[in-house]
Amino acid sequence: MTELFRLTLKEALGFVSGNRSKRDQLIQELTDRVKTVDQKVNAYIHFDPERFNRDQEVPASGPLYGIPISIKDNLTTAGWETTCASRILKGFVPPYDATVIGKLRAAGAVLFGKCNMDEFAFGSSCETSCFFPTRNPWNLECVPGGSSGGSAAAVACDEAIAALGSDTGGSIRQPASFCGVVGLKPTYGRVSRYGLIAFGSSLDQVGPITKTVEDSAILLGAIAGHDPLDSTSAREPVPDYTAFLNRGVNGMKIGIPKEYFAKGLDPEVESAVRNVIRDLKKLGAACVEVSLPHSQYAVAVYYIVAVAEASSNLGRFDGVQYGERYPARDLREMYFETRDRGFGNEAKRRILLGTFVLSHGYYDAYYLKGLKVRTLIKKDFDDAFKNVDLIIGPTSPTPAFKLGEKMDDPLAMYLSDLYTIPANLAGLPAISIPAGFSKSGLPIGVQFIARPFEESTLFQASSAYEAETNWRKKRPAL
Amino acid sequence: MKPKPTGAKSAQPFKSMRDIEQVIGLEVHVQLKTESKIFCACPTRFGAEPNQNTCPICLGLPGSLPVLNALALDLAIKTGLALNCEISARIKFDRKNYFYPDLPKAYQISQYDMPVARNGHLTVEVSETGQALREKKIRITRAHLEEDAGKLLHEGIKDASWVDYNRAGVPLLEIVSEPDLRSSQEAFHYLAGLKSILQYLDVSNCNMEEGSIRCDANVSVRPKGDSKLGTKVEIKNMNSFRGVQRALDYEFKRQTGMLERGERIEQETRLWNEAKGETQGMRSKEYAHDYRYFPEPDLVPFSVSQKKISELKASLPELPRARIRRFLTDYGLSEYDAYVLVSDKSLGDYFEACVKEKANPKLASNWIQSELLGELNSRGLALSESKVPAQNLAGLIRLIENGTVSGKIAKEILPLMFETGSAAEMIVKEKGLIQMSDSKLLEELADRVIKAHPKPAHDVKTGKREALGFLVGQMMKETKGKANPKLINEILVRKLSS
Amino acid sequence: MPQKINIDQVAELARLNLKSGERAKLAADLERILTYVDQLQGINTDHVTPTSHTLALENVFRPDAVVPSKIRDAVLQHAPKSEGAYFKVPKVIGDVS
Repeated sequence: MTELFRLTLKEALGFVSGNRSKRDQLIQELTDRVKTVDQKVNAYIHFDPERFNRDQEVPASGPLYGIPISIKDNLTTAGWETTCASRILKGFVPPYDATVIGKLRAAGAVLFGKCNMDEFAFGSSCETSCFFPTRNPWNLECVPGGSSGGSAAAVACDEAIAALGSDTGGSIRQPASFCGVVGLKPTYGRVSRYGLIAFGSSLDQVGPITKTVEDSAILLGAIAGHDPLDSTSAREPVPDYTAFLNRGVNGMKIGIPKEYFAKGLDPEVESAVRNVIRDLKKLGAACVEVSLPHSQYAVAVYYIVAVAEASSNLGRFDGVQYGERYPARDLREMYFETRDRGFGNEAKRRILLGTFVLSHGYYDAYYLKGLKVRTLIKKDFDDAFKNVDLIIGPTSPTPAFKLGEKMDDPLAMYLSDLYTIPANLAGLPAISIPAGFSKSGLPIGVQFIARPFEESTLFQASSAYEAETNWRKKRPAL
Repeated sequence: MKPKPTGAKSAQPFKSMRDIEQVIGLEVHVQLKTESKIFCACPTRFGAEPNQNTCPICLGLPGSLPVLNALALDLAIKTGLALNCEISARIKFDRKNYFYPDLPKAYQISQYDMPVARNGHLTVEVSETGQALREKKIRITRAHLEEDAGKLLHEGIKDASWVDYNRAGVPLLEIVSEPDLRSSQEAFHYLAGLKSILQYLDVSNCNMEEGSIRCDANVSVRPKGDSKLGTKVEIKNMNSFRGVQRALDYEFKRQTGMLERGERIEQETRLWNEAKGETQGMRSKEYAHDYRYFPEPDLVPFSVSQKKISELKASLPELPRARIRRFLTDYGLSEYDAYVLVSDKSLGDYFEACVKEKANPKLASNWIQSELLGELNSRGLALSESKVPAQNLAGLIRLIENGTVSGKIAKEILPLMFETGSAAEMIVKEKGLIQMSDSKLLEELADRVIKAHPKPAHDVKTGKREALGFLVGQMMKETKGKANPKLINEILVRKLSS
Repeated sequence: MPQKINIDQVAELARLNLKSGERAKLAADLERILTYVDQLQGINTDHVTPTSHTLALENVFRPDAVVPSKIRDAVLQHAPKSEGAYFKVPKVIGDVS
C-alpha cells in the first residue's frame, strides 16, 4: 500500500470514506511525515494537529470528511494564533474563523497546520517571513516561491494533502510553479475574502494549492460561493467543477500572448510552455496569437495599486488591540516603535511606497494613473477573450531561484511576478500546473487564464494536459 | 501661542469690531437612528457595558470586512431630501487614513468625492421674542455617510487612557454647510432648525448628551462688505448648541482682537474648552494630517434610482416649515408662537393633540408655552415625562373657556394635575374649585363690598374707573378666587353706574 | 539627482520610526521602484476611467438587524494591555498645547 501522506485529496477521500479511525490514521501518518521532513523544508509555522483536532468539533460526515487541509497563516482561525508571518501579529488569536475556514470545518475537513508565507504576503520567495524561510523541496538551496511558499512546499513534499493559499499578484501560482504543484487563483469575488488578512483588497483571492487539477476542482468547490459578509463576493452560482475534468480541449480556442514570450523569459521555461502548446494542439485545441499590449505595465501598476491598499490595510497594526506592542512611554512611541519593530523590511518598503502614492500631491500622478492603466490592462483581456476561450503562458519567467538571490534587489523580486500580476489586476481566474523540469531538476509551471467565473474552462484544459503528462510521478527526494 | 509678526498684507486698518463680520460654516455629525451599526450587526444602543457592542468588523480585526446597512443609506437620503439636496445617482465610499487609538482600522470609512447628497439648503427661522420671524437660507454643501469612532476615557486615569469601541461603527451623517452664517445667533438657529428637521424625519435621537449630534465650526472674520474669506480657523469639541454659540462668540472676539492689534490669524484647529470658556490651539505638527483618501476597495459602489428617490420623498413627513405655515392658517397663531411650538416636534404634537381635544388653539398655545413648560422646567422634566397628557391640559383649557374655572384658579390646578396625574375636572370637583357664577350670591357680595369700601366705590361712580380693579380684587379675595371675574365686573359696573 | 520621495515625511505619515541603518537603503530602494513605476507617465490615459473594482457589483447591503457577537472577552484576553473591559493605551494627552 502507498504511504498515506502521498495520497491526493481525491485518493484520501476514497481512503477515509467517512471512517473515523481511517481519518485518524491518515492524520497520524501525515503528522509523522511532517515530523520527518519539515525540519528541512520549514513549511509550517504552527503545527499541532493534535490540538487542532482536540479543539475543533469535526462533523461526523461531510464532503471533505477527515481530509487534512493546511492553511496559509493569513487566514483567521478561531482560537488559533494567526500571524501573517509578521512579528507585529505575534500573539494575535482571532476570535473568528475566515469564511473559507468555516466552510472547510463544516465540510468535515481537519485543519492540519498553518503554513509559512512572506510577511503579510509581501514577497515572491517566502524569505520575508519573520520566522524562517521555507525551502524548496526540490532543491533546499532554492526558494519555494511566494508568498504562499509554505503551502506550496508542504503540498509538494507530501507534508500536506492539500492547502489553501492567497494570491494578490501571483502568490499562489508562482510558488505552485516553483514547487511543481497545482495552484489556482479564482476570479476576484469567487471565494470570500472574509477572514483573509488583507494585502491588496481589490486583488486578493483565496485559492487551493493541490497535487492535481482534480483536487483543485474539489477544493475550489468547497470554498467558493457567495458570502454575505464580503461585499465584493459574487453571486454567480458555483458549478460542479469536477464535471469539467474529462471533457478534453477539442475545439477549444487558446490564445498565446506574444508579450508573454518576450525578453527576460528563461529559454527552458519558454520551451516547456511551447511544448504544452504543442501538446494542446495535438489534443485538438486551436492555438492563436493574441496581444496584451499593456501587460508590460502590470508590475508598475501593481506596485502602485497593491501597495496603496496595503499601506492602508496595515495601518491597524498599531499595538492597541492585539499583537505585539512595544512597551512605550507615550502614544507616539507606541505607534512608531511598535510598527518599526513589528514590520520587516519589505513590509516597510511597501507601506512607505503605498503611503507615498496616496499622499497629497502625488495621488493623481501615481495612484489615479495606476487605476487608469489598470483599466487598459483589463481591456486588453476583454478584447482577447472575444476571440479565445483561454490564454496560455508561463507562470514565472524562471524556475525557482536561490535563497538570498533577490533579497537585496526588490525590483528584481517584483519582476518575477510579471506574468501572474495581470490576472489579478483584471480580476481573472488563472491556474498554474506543472509543465516539466529544468535541466537542474527544478519544476516549471504553465499558466492558463480564463474569462471571469470560467474556472471550469481552466480545469477542463489543465486536466486534459495533465492527463497527457507524467510530471507528477516525479517526487522531490527528501 | 506666540503670534507671528504681522505680515504686510494682513495689517488691515480695522477700527472696531463693528466693522468686522464673522463668517461661519458648520460641520454637523448626526448619529443615524438604526438598530445596528453602519457596517456590522452590532447594536448601536447607547449605554452598554464597555466594548460590549463590538465584533471583528467594528473592532477592525484583521480579515474583517464591512457591508453597508441599507437603512443607514435610506436615512441619509431622506435627510438629504429634507435639506433640499440633490441626491447622487452614484455613491461610493472612501478611506480616510489617520492614526488615533479610537480609530480601530487606522482609517475611517467615509465619503470623499461622491457623497450621498449635495447642493441643498436649510431655511433658518431666526426668531427674536415677540418679533416676526426672519428667514435666512443657509446653503448645504454636502451630506455624507461615515462611521463613528470609539471613545477615549482620560478622566481620573493615571498614566493611561482607556478605549471603548462601542461607538465605533455607529452610522454618522456629516452635514456640511457653506460659510453662510454671520453670527453665533444664526449658527444657533441653524443648529436648532437642523435638529428640528432631524426630529421630524425621525432619523436621529438628536440627543446631545449621548453625542448623537456633534458640531465643528469653520470660522473667519472679514471687513463687512468684503467678499473674500478671511483665514479659516476650525473649532472642535463643542458639546452643546450653547457651547457652539459661546465658542463662536469667544472666537469672534479673539480674531477681531488680533486684527485690531495687527496680528496675523493662523489657519489652525482649536479646541473649545467649556470649563474655561475659551478656545485653545492644538499642537499642530503632530496633527498635520494628510488623510490619503482613496476608494474603499472593500465596498462596492451604490446607485440610487429615481424610483428610490421618489419613494423616499413620498415617505417624508410634514417638515417644520410646512407645519409653521399650517399653524398660522389653521389655528391663527402668531409666527413666533407657531415657531416655538413647531421647533420641538413633541411640543407641536402636544399642541395639536390639545386642539384635537377641543381646546381653543390660542389658549392652548399660551398655556403650553408659559404654564406647561414652566411646570416642566421647575420640575426638571421632559415633555415625554409629563404627568399631564395633552387631553388633560385640553380639559383644563375647556374649563377656562366655559367659565367653570378662572384663569387664576386654573394656574393653581395645573400643579395639582402634575402631582396627581388627575384630570382637571376631577381636581375641580374634589377641591370645590368651581367658579362662582351664581349671580344672586355675587350681587349680595357686591353690595357688601361697595358698602365696606365707600371711597373706591365713589371714585368709580365719578368716573375713576381705575378703582374698579380694587373692588374686583376684594370680591375675589372674599370668594377665594372662585368668583367668575367677568360676571363680577358686570355686576359692579352696573351697580355703580346707576 | 532630485529625490522623488521625502522618506522622513512619508515615514511620519506611516508611523514608522526608521532607524538610521535602514533608512538610506529603504530610500534608495524606493527611488529605484518609483523610477521603474514612472514608465506609466508615458501612457496616454486621457478619457480612461479608473478601475477600483474589477467586478461590476453594486448595491450590496445588509439589513438593519442586530446579531450580538460576544467576542469582547476573547479579544480583551489577548490585548497587549487592558483594564477591566477597556483597552488600555498610553495617556492620550489632552490635544491642547
